[in-house]
Order: sequence, then C-alpha cells, then structure tokens
Amino acid sequence: MPSFVPYLVHTLFPPGVLLPDILLIDFGLICAGIGVIVLLTKTRRWGWLWYDWLTTVDHKKIAILYLIASLVMLMRGGIDALMLRAQLALPTTHFMPASQYDEVFTTHGTIMVFFMGMPFIFALFNAVVPLMIGARDVAFPRLNAMSYWLFAFGAILFNISFVIGGSPNAGWTAYPPYTGLAFNPGPGENYYFLALIIAGMGTTMTGINFLVTTLKMRAPGMSLMKMPMFVWSTMVTSALILFAFPPLTVALAMSLFDRLFGSHFFTLARGGMPMMYVNLFWLFGHPEVYILIIPLFGVFSEVVATFSKKVLFGYPVMVASIVAIMFLAYGTWVHHFFTMGAGPAVNAFFGLSTMLIAIPTGVKIFNWIFTMWGGRIQTTTAMLYQMAFIPVFMVGGATGILLAVVPADYQLHNSYFLVAHFHNVLIGGTLFGLLSGLYYWWPKMFGMKLNETQGKWAFWLFLIGFWVTFLPQYLLGLKGMTRRIYTYPLGFGWHDLNVISTFGAFIMGAAFVVLVYNIVWSLLYGERDLTGDPWDGRTLEWSLPSPVPEYNFPRIPVVHDRDAWWAMKQKGQSLADLRPEDVHDVEMPKNSPIPFLLGASFFVLGFGMTFAWWPIAIIGFVGIILCLLFSGFDYDDHHHLKADVIRQTEATLGRLQG
Amino acid sequence: MFAQRLMESYRKLVLAALAAGAGLLSAGFSFGPKYVLLHPAGPVAKSELHVFILALELMAIVAVIVLALFFYAIVRFRDTAGNTAPYTPNWHSHTLLEVSVWILPAILLLFIAIPTVKTTFSLAHLPKGKDPVVIDVTSLTWKWLFEYPKQHIATVNYAVIPANRPVLFELTADSPMNTFWVPQLGGMEYTMPNRVLPLWLEADKAGTYWGHSGQFSGVGFEKMFFNVKAVSQKSFQTWTTTTASAHPMTLAAYDRLLKQTTVGDSTYGNYPADTFPTLASGFSLTGSGMYMVMHDKKGISYIPMVGS
Ligand code: HEM
Ligand SMILES: [Cu+2]
Ligand SMILES: [Cu+2]
Repeated sequence: MPSFVPYLVHTLFPPGVLLPDILLIDFGLICAGIGVIVLLTKTRRWGWLWYDWLTTVDHKKIAILYLIASLVMLMRGGIDALMLRAQLALPTTHFMPASQYDEVFTTHGTIMVFFMGMPFIFALFNAVVPLMIGARDVAFPRLNAMSYWLFAFGAILFNISFVIGGSPNAGWTAYPPYTGLAFNPGPGENYYFLALIIAGMGTTMTGINFLVTTLKMRAPGMSLMKMPMFVWSTMVTSALILFAFPPLTVALAMSLFDRLFGSHFFTLARGGMPMMYVNLFWLFGHPEVYILIIPLFGVFSEVVATFSKKVLFGYPVMVASIVAIMFLAYGTWVHHFFTMGAGPAVNAFFGLSTMLIAIPTGVKIFNWIFTMWGGRIQTTTAMLYQMAFIPVFMVGGATGILLAVVPADYQLHNSYFLVAHFHNVLIGGTLFGLLSGLYYWWPKMFGMKLNETQGKWAFWLFLIGFWVTFLPQYLLGLKGMTRRIYTYPLGFGWHDLNVISTFGAFIMGAAFVVLVYNIVWSLLYGERDLTGDPWDGRTLEWSLPSPVPEYNFPRIPVVHDRDAWWAMKQKGQSLADLRPEDVHDVEMPKNSPIPFLLGASFFVLGFGMTFAWWPIAIIGFVGIILCLLFSGFDYDDHHHLKADVIRQTEATLGRLQG
Repeated sequence: MFAQRLMESYRKLVLAALAAGAGLLSAGFSFGPKYVLLHPAGPVAKSELHVFILALELMAIVAVIVLALFFYAIVRFRDTAGNTAPYTPNWHSHTLLEVSVWILPAILLLFIAIPTVKTTFSLAHLPKGKDPVVIDVTSLTWKWLFEYPKQHIATVNYAVIPANRPVLFELTADSPMNTFWVPQLGGMEYTMPNRVLPLWLEADKAGTYWGHSGQFSGVGFEKMFFNVKAVSQKSFQTWTTTTASAHPMTLAAYDRLLKQTTVGDSTYGNYPADTFPTLASGFSLTGSGMYMVMHDKKGISYIPMVGS
C-alpha cells in the first residue's frame, strides 16, 4: 500500500467523523445519491436536469433552486437544533461527545443564517421582484445564476465538512484566537472561512444585481414612491448587503491567512489583536441581522394589505422607516460587545444608537396594525404567520431594548437570555416571514396552492413550539446559564426549564414535518390556480398566469398607481385582453453552463485550500480564470423569442383577443 | 349576532389574559434564589438589576398598548359574514397617528436612555474613598488564575475577597477569549489575550458566589466554574497571611496551567513576576482598557488605549 493512503485516510476521516451517527448518515446519503442517479438515468432526465435547471438563467427557476436548497438546509439546521436540545434537556448527560456538540451548535447557527435564511430570502427576491416591477428578468441574468452557484457550492463545501475532515467548531461567530491553529488544528475552520467567503461573493453579487434591477428595470410609470413595499425592502436589503459583506470577507480572509500562511492578525502569540476581528465581524453582523429581517418586513407589508383587503397604511412612513434602519444599521455594531472594555462613552453611544433604531422598527408594527384596522381580515395561512409575527417580534424587539441597556447587558450578554432574544426575532421575524411569503407566492411559483388546512396545522405547531422553546430560555438567562455550554451540573436549578425548552423544540420539529408533508401533498394534489390571482392581490405579479411563462410579460405594463394591479382591477382593466399586434419579438438571456462551472471551480479551489493541497487549489483557480475569460468574451448571450411563439402561448392561456 | 361573537372572543381573551397574569404572578413568587440575576449581592449587580427592571417595566407598557391594539384589530375586523365593523378599504393615512408613532416611542425611550447612560458612566469608576483590593485574573484553557499583586499570593479556580470593599479585577487571557462573570456580584467582562480590562465588583455580605465564563473557548469550557468567597475584612487578612506561606508558583507550574486541561482548586504562596501587568505599571482605572505588548518571555510594555 503506498504511503500516502494512510495519510489520506487519516486526514479525510479522522475519528471525529467516524462517530456511529455520522456513519449512518453517510450510508443514507450514499443510498440516496445512488437512488437519484438511477432514477435520473431510468427516466432519461439528465438532459432535462442540465438544460432546464443547471444552466438556467431564468429568475423564476433560480428562485426554485434557491428554495429547494434553503428547505434542505432548514432540515439540516433543524436536526442540528434538535440534537442540541436533546443534549441540553437534562444535566450532566452525554448524549454526544463535547467536541461534537461544539460542531453541532456551530453548524446549526452558520447554516440557519447563511445557508437557510439568506437563500430563502433570495428565493423570494427572484420569484417575485421582476414580476412586481413589470420586468422580464433581473438586470444581470447570468450574474444571477453565478450568484446562485457560488452560494450552492459554498453550501456544499460547508456541509461536506461533517463527513470529510470534521466540522468547524468555533460558533457561527468564529472568534479568534480560538480559531487559530494553536487551539483548533484540523480542517474544520478552514471549511468555515472558505465556504463563507465563496457564498459571500455570491451574496454580494446578488446585492448588486437587485440594487440595479430595482433601480433601473421598473416598468414605465413606476416611480420610486409607487414601488410595492417588498420591492423597497429588496432595494434596501441589497444596499445593506453591498456594504456589509466586505468587512466580513476581510475578517474571514485574515483569519484564514493566520491559519494557512502563518500571519498574526488575530493570534494569541506575537501581539495579535483578536478584538479587531470582533469589530470587523459585527460591522458586518449587525447589518446582517437587518438583511435577515427587512425583506420579511416587505413580505408582511404585502401580505397584510392583501388579506386585510385594504391599502397599506402610511406607505411613506413605511419607506422612511426602512431607509432610516438602513443607515442606522451601520451604527450599532458595538452592542454585540459592550463587555469588551471600549469605555463608558463608546458604550453609551452605541446603547443609544441601538435604542434609536428601535423607533423606526416600532413604527412599522403600528402601521401594520393600522392596516388591519378597518379592513376585513382573511385568516389564510400566510396571514396567520403575519398575525403571529406581530406579538412575537414585539417581544423580541423589547428584549433587544433590554440588551441595549448597557448595564443590563453586562449581566445578560452571552446568557440564554440573549439566545432567546435572537431566536425571538429570527424565528418570529425571519422564519415566520419566509413561511408567510412561501404560502403567499407558492401559487405564483408552482401553479397550485399549498393546502390551507395542513398549512394551518404546521403554523400552530410552529407558534406553540416556538413559545414553549424560548420563553423558558429567558428565565434560564436570569438563572445565569451561559450559551454554548455542553452540559451543566444539577445544582443550579437549570434542568426543569431545559426540559420544557427541549419539549418545545420537538413540537417545532413536528411542525417542520407537517410543512414538508404539506408541500409534497400539495405538489401532487394541490388546488390548481387557474386565475393567476388566487388571493385577489394588489401588485403586478398577480396579473400574470400561474406559473408565469418564460418571458413574464408579453407586453410591458404601464403603471399609474401604487397598488398597480388592484387599481387596474378597480377600473375594470386586465392584462389578459392582449391584442395580437401588441406582441413583438422579445430578447431573452440565453442559458449558460459557465455559472455552474464557475461555482464548481470555486468548490475545487476551496476544497484544495481547506486541506492546503495546493495542486488541487491551483486546478480550481485555473478553472475560475477560464470561466471568467469565456464568460467575458461570450457575446452570444441572448436569443430572440419570436412574437408568434408568445402569441401561441398566450392564446393557449386564453389571454389573447380574437 | 356579531356582537355576541365578539363578546365571546373577548371573554376568552380576558380569561386567557387573567390566566397568564396569574401564572406570571405565581412565577414571580417563585423567582427563588436560583434566579441569581434577581438576587444581587453587591452594589454593581444591584444597580444593573435596577436599570434592567426599569426598562422591563417601560417595555411592558409598550407591550400592553401594542397587544391591546393588535387583539382588538384582529377580533373586530375579521372577514366574517355579518361583521358590522366599519370597512374603510382606502384609509391609508392619518397625520396625527403617523407622527405620534415616532414621537411617543422616542419619549418613552428617553426614560430608558437617561438612566442607561448615567449608570454606564457611574459603574465605570470605582467608588471614591474606598481602597480597593486588586486581583489580576488570567483565563487559561479551561481554568482561572487569580493573582493578588499586593499580597503576592495566587489561587486557581477560586478567589477570596473581603466583603464591603470594592475589588478591582484586572482581566486578561493566556488562552482563547472568555468572559469573567460572577452574576450575583455584577456583569461580565471579556478576558482577551494582549489586552487588560478592568472590572470592579463588590460583595455586600459574606458568602460564596459562583462565577462562570460566558464565552465559549473549547471543549472544557463548560467546566470553567469558579467560586468567589466573600469574607470579613479580618478573615481576609488572616487568609492572606496564612496563604503567603504556601508553596510558591513556579514558571513550570504556570506552564502546566497553560495546558488544555481542567483542574481543581489550588493555592500558591507567591508567583513569578511579570506574569501579569499591574497597577504599578501605570494601568488606569477609568474603565477603558489598554494594550499590552509582550517582548519575548519577559518584559511587557503597556500602551494605554485612547480615551482611557
Ligand atoms: C427548531 C428551532 C430551533 C431551535 C430549537 C434552536 C435551538 C438553538 C440552540 C440550542 C442554540 C445553541 C445555544 C448555545 O449557544 O448553546 C442555537 C443557536 C443559534 N440559532 Fe437556533 N434554534 C432553532 C431555529 C433557528 C433558526 C430558524 C435560526 C435562524 C434563522 C437560528 C439561528 C441560531 C443562531 C444564529 C444561533 C447562534 C449559534 C452560535 O452561537 O454559534 N436558530 N439555536
Ligand atoms: Cu446587532
Ligand atoms: Cu438583536
């Protein structure tokens, strides 16, 4: 046996990845992989997979790709969460080894934020923003596909860590010097840094893309103050992304340099300054939490108007408040480390700036309530999530204020009170918003409704499970329980509340199962949406058939009103009375394999660098250069969809006159 | 008929609210001593709890207002047959409302902001006229080293302090970051390599108060509990003199502590110089930290942070 074999085996499969549960998962994954390959071959679907999906640049399909990825990641992150809660349910238990617990809370947080929340948001952006603004695609369709594949391969790189080489274990915040080689040998943290850098590049490009799309691609007549709130929130989020991700990338790259090339930016030895990392990380991190919530503010604004059968209250105020949040979001980051000795003046400043940012946030809550006021509230699943969101998010915001009270934060920082706070906003805000958007726009994306009865079951389980899980955690914080501890002794009186919390987590687990059942059942038997406007909607996407044809709008609409589609309906207009002579040839972007190949090259580069296997890394790097060159000199990037084809499609949809 | 329905929903709501209130109240009575944050044992923890409770009460007012509006809206304006509530599909602005949702929360927040700033500044300074005990704390993987620069003694995983006298903890790390936290005495502060941060605490009465790290630092992190024993001034003096005759800590012993292990308590009569920056080296107490630069094994120089 050649000598490199034991080296390879030892590097790729250290004891940490040979735990029985992981081996079982390995086995399951291999079986599933073989199953998929067999199925694709048998049904001759490889071409379909490649031409229709892997090389697509259609924003509607990219939305579906994002959605699938984020639901899979929600499952993985959720299983991680249940493992954490199982370990914490009782004192001094050893459900799993401490080293594995550390990996699981790291992957749970990282996945939920970067590989579940962000792509789910991008799924909604892609699915509806072009439709809402009356456009045929995003500003840069191929860049959009590149963003997706960078995210997807970043996610794959991150996720293979637990079967090959070992997972990262320094928390989703990855504070040095613990991430340094002195304390953290092995490839885990390399995976973390590289995967986030790669996915982060994709995210930055998404930010650019949607900023330009919302600024430049709006239908004639849609001035800024006529944009639907979801489009506003997309624009603001994109701007936040643009300025938030660079500090993260820098911090990650510097940490990676410390590990791979022996630099001393943040190390313990030779005067490294770990606190600089903390500053950079939260300079990104605080805007990031708003990146994770502002899109959902947009969703809720659409949902509440549609299902209250009423125009959104205080639109200019709603716009002003998210714009204010956008600017203030860059000025609060120190509240994540009041206890790092920046001095009373700095702490007081950032405590006040944090309270300030709560004002525009609170304004939005009032405006949603006033939107329901005087309406006729239809309690669909989408609306239920919106209604649950208001009290849940209010509690999250209130506890956020308590954490901004500097002296109180000295006691609450890194305790379970903090854990409860951010889940309050991330689940009650982000996750509920995502699910609300999912139920709302699902008919538009897939052409059928999600079953409402099943949806309501999932909703109630999520809501009840949420409170049962996280209310006890506030109390645990008051009992002095700190976060990320693997286990705890009996004497502190922490066990009773922990049992309750774990029970709640499993209720949420059940909710997720119902959600998946709901999706699968509805795909098979769900009520078809034949009208294209199942909710009696207000914005332009509901003027189109479901699912939307490739070219979106046969004729670009002219917008006169804020709730454009609602106003058209009021005036008895429709977009379904197209005259044949109104239809012209349409220029459409052409599919391209480059985005997929570019993502794959980044994956190879990342994998090589993770193990410091430079030849592999160089192959990946060359691949990247080639992809960029080909893409740069590829002028054959669009095709013309003939007017006849469009007329035919519209005619079969019954939307053509004569 | 609608009114009846409405009343029914309301009755349910009121009942639920009453039940919740009763639950909270009874929980309030059972916020026993295990709720360490609610049972402060020193002036720092007390003033931190004080602003916390104040902010909590003000936020409760907001919560009541929002919840009342919210539940009224969702009960009153449901899309049910025969709902007689006014339906105003185009009502989209009301200047007074739109202005007050900015102004009123801002005013309320002022009531939180002012005490926040006051307490932040007052806690950043040691109380005047009281001579503090200085203890240098180093977090190691996964243990705590306490060095008493005046008394020349050192302990591991426990500290003894005099009650009713401020204690100045000077915090650093020869390990990944941790936070030094004794909940009943006051809030936490990070321990960071190459930095020294001050934190002062005081115990009102004699007793043993547990402490812990709040920042994850590796697989032994959850074992980083330690005890702070507050004793009378006289017992403190006796303790320091008897301890001074214990075995001194050698550099070799310090290096053993640096290993990634968990250990029990221990006590040393002396310790090697320069394992920690001290007040004598010009360390300031105003609440801001300083950078420390190590030259080789020994010899440390200090650069005060701007504004300290
Ligand atoms: C079933 C639902 C969930 C449960 C039971 C749960 C539970 C937990 C637990 C036990 C921790 C570790 C606490 C510790 O630091 O010791 C944690 C951390 C975290 N969770 Fe969740 N979680 C859930 C859903 C979510 C969702 C939906 C998100 C984001 C959208 C999220 C984001 C985070 C983050 C960012 C952390 C911090 C990770 C870290 O500090 O390294 N969680 N969660
Ligand atoms: Cu923040
Ligand atoms: Cu927060």
